[in-house]
Amino acid sequence: MSALNTFTIAEARDKLRAKEVTAVELTQACLTAIEGADALGAYVHKTPDLAMEQAKAADARLASGDAPDMCGIPLGIKDLFCTKGVDSQAASRILQGFKPEYESTVSQNLLDAGTITLGKLNMDEFAMGSSNETSVYGNAVNPWKVDDRQLTPGGSSGGSASAVAADLCLAATGTDTGGSIRQPAAFTGIVGIKPTYGRCSRWGVVAFASSLDQAGPMTKTVRDAAIMLETMAGYDPKDSTSADIPVPNFEAMLTGDIRGKKIGIPKEYRMDGMPAEIEKLWEDGTAKLRDAGAEIVDISLPHTKYALPAYYVIAPAEASSNLARYDGVRFGHRASLAAGDGITEMYEKTRAEGFGPEVQRRIMVGTYVLSAGFYDAYYNRARRVRALIKKDFDDVFAAGVDAILTPATPSAAFGLGEMTDADPVQMYLNDVFTVTVNLAGLPGISVPTGLDSTGLPLGLQLIGRPWEEGDLLNTAYALEQAAGFVAKPQKWW
Amino acid sequence: MSIDTAIAAKVAKLARIRVEEDALPALAEEFNNILGFIEQLNEVNVDGVEPMTSVTPQRLKRRVDVVNDGDQQDKVLKNAPDAREGFFAVPKVVE
Repeated sequence: MSALNTFTIAEARDKLRAKEVTAVELTQACLTAIEGADALGAYVHKTPDLAMEQAKAADARLASGDAPDMCGIPLGIKDLFCTKGVDSQAASRILQGFKPEYESTVSQNLLDAGTITLGKLNMDEFAMGSSNETSVYGNAVNPWKVDDRQLTPGGSSGGSASAVAADLCLAATGTDTGGSIRQPAAFTGIVGIKPTYGRCSRWGVVAFASSLDQAGPMTKTVRDAAIMLETMAGYDPKDSTSADIPVPNFEAMLTGDIRGKKIGIPKEYRMDGMPAEIEKLWEDGTAKLRDAGAEIVDISLPHTKYALPAYYVIAPAEASSNLARYDGVRFGHRASLAAGDGITEMYEKTRAEGFGPEVQRRIMVGTYVLSAGFYDAYYNRARRVRALIKKDFDDVFAAGVDAILTPATPSAAFGLGEMTDADPVQMYLNDVFTVTVNLAGLPGISVPTGLDSTGLPLGLQLIGRPWEEGDLLNTAYALEQAAGFVAKPQKWW
Repeated sequence: MSIDTAIAAKVAKLARIRVEEDALPALAEEFNNILGFIEQLNEVNVDGVEPMTSVTPQRLKRRVDVVNDGDQQDKVLKNAPDAREGFFAVPKVVE
């Protein structure tokens, strides 16, 4: 039997029920792997004692014979999720020492199903970044390596991606505001799905941009994503934007049969200067879906070009409002004050010390675009463009398209530090293929389908109709089967 | 629209983030780069388009206006940097 920490959720579920393994054994295997993987910087708060306690409870529940699919599955949780009594600081200095008195709805849903929390995972500060380099904890590192360079696992869910790819958990939670699940999944050769906006509760997830944020699973296979998403999702009265609609059995929808499905190929995603390897990956994926019986149609999403600029108005605007709560009064860091300092100095010094440069930049850009005289020119215009971007998708789906196939990222993983001196806008371009999906509130999934010439993983993205994650997962499953991606990173850490 | 150091200082003040005087020119330049990128939105014809308020058509649920939570003072104050006698403590606000 292969090492227990390399199991998928589905394998572990079946072996737990066949009594071939126990949750305690699975958990111990993951904890051992985590102990030997500090070089990856994936886990930032480890909870081994809690995990072993939960594992024993899961074994007892499994023995009773009435356990949900996720019972006994060891998971890593992104640091953005508030976890009761466990440090939850969104990779920011301003939340240093913060231990919530409550559990986020999504992580509670998982715990209720009997999952095991191995610890909290690294990320970009407040989920703002595409390389996990803005974290107060330091970088998370990609387990994939092809030369002397250490590579980014992507961001913002970089620790989640690194942990899943390196088998430091069976799966992990992520969150996605502009691509933060799908881009790191693509950089590390794993699967990541951002569900329809409203599918997963945002309650207890540290807010970045509330109209865009969604939680989702990051897993080793599409089947695992289906199993885990079903557990994470569901209506929550504590999140007024969570959807009160039934959550189907997503796994039961994985037939692999996509005959007659209409797959759209958007011409606007064929960017100038797109690497030939990405273009080839996209063509190969298209051919595989066609061979599986799908009908391929060329489509147009005319406002694609304006998605990133609209995002970089809307997301900072919402962030500037959401992050106003970090004022040094109720929780987290407070700067030490000089004699005579008043409350304004307390706010200003606390926020200057507590927020890193990228977070400060986005708060200030958001403040500017919302300020008197610019609100209409920037914020309202961006919201109008957002309506047009959503209409592009509505029109395509109304014409009968079932899913849209695009590249997930414009390149393979790049080296840590390589973008340090670049203009922030260069880093933002990482989200060029993913950000439209957040603006339109749609489900999107990244599936690993190939390696580049140096041996690094590359992923394709499938975009689905709202609330039809089941159909989307099935198309992703067909793509996964056809691509047959099985490569794993060689252990160097 | 070009941002100078005076505007950068004003934005930092509005955002309640202390930015040292010598850091303002670099900050203004960053703002200009990002806003230059955002300017592309001016190419889009948005005549007659309503600004999006909700990405999924939905009506917010209503609930009965009753107290359904409370009596958790200790938990509310637990993570405060400075709490005294059941209150959050801050520097003097009113002279």
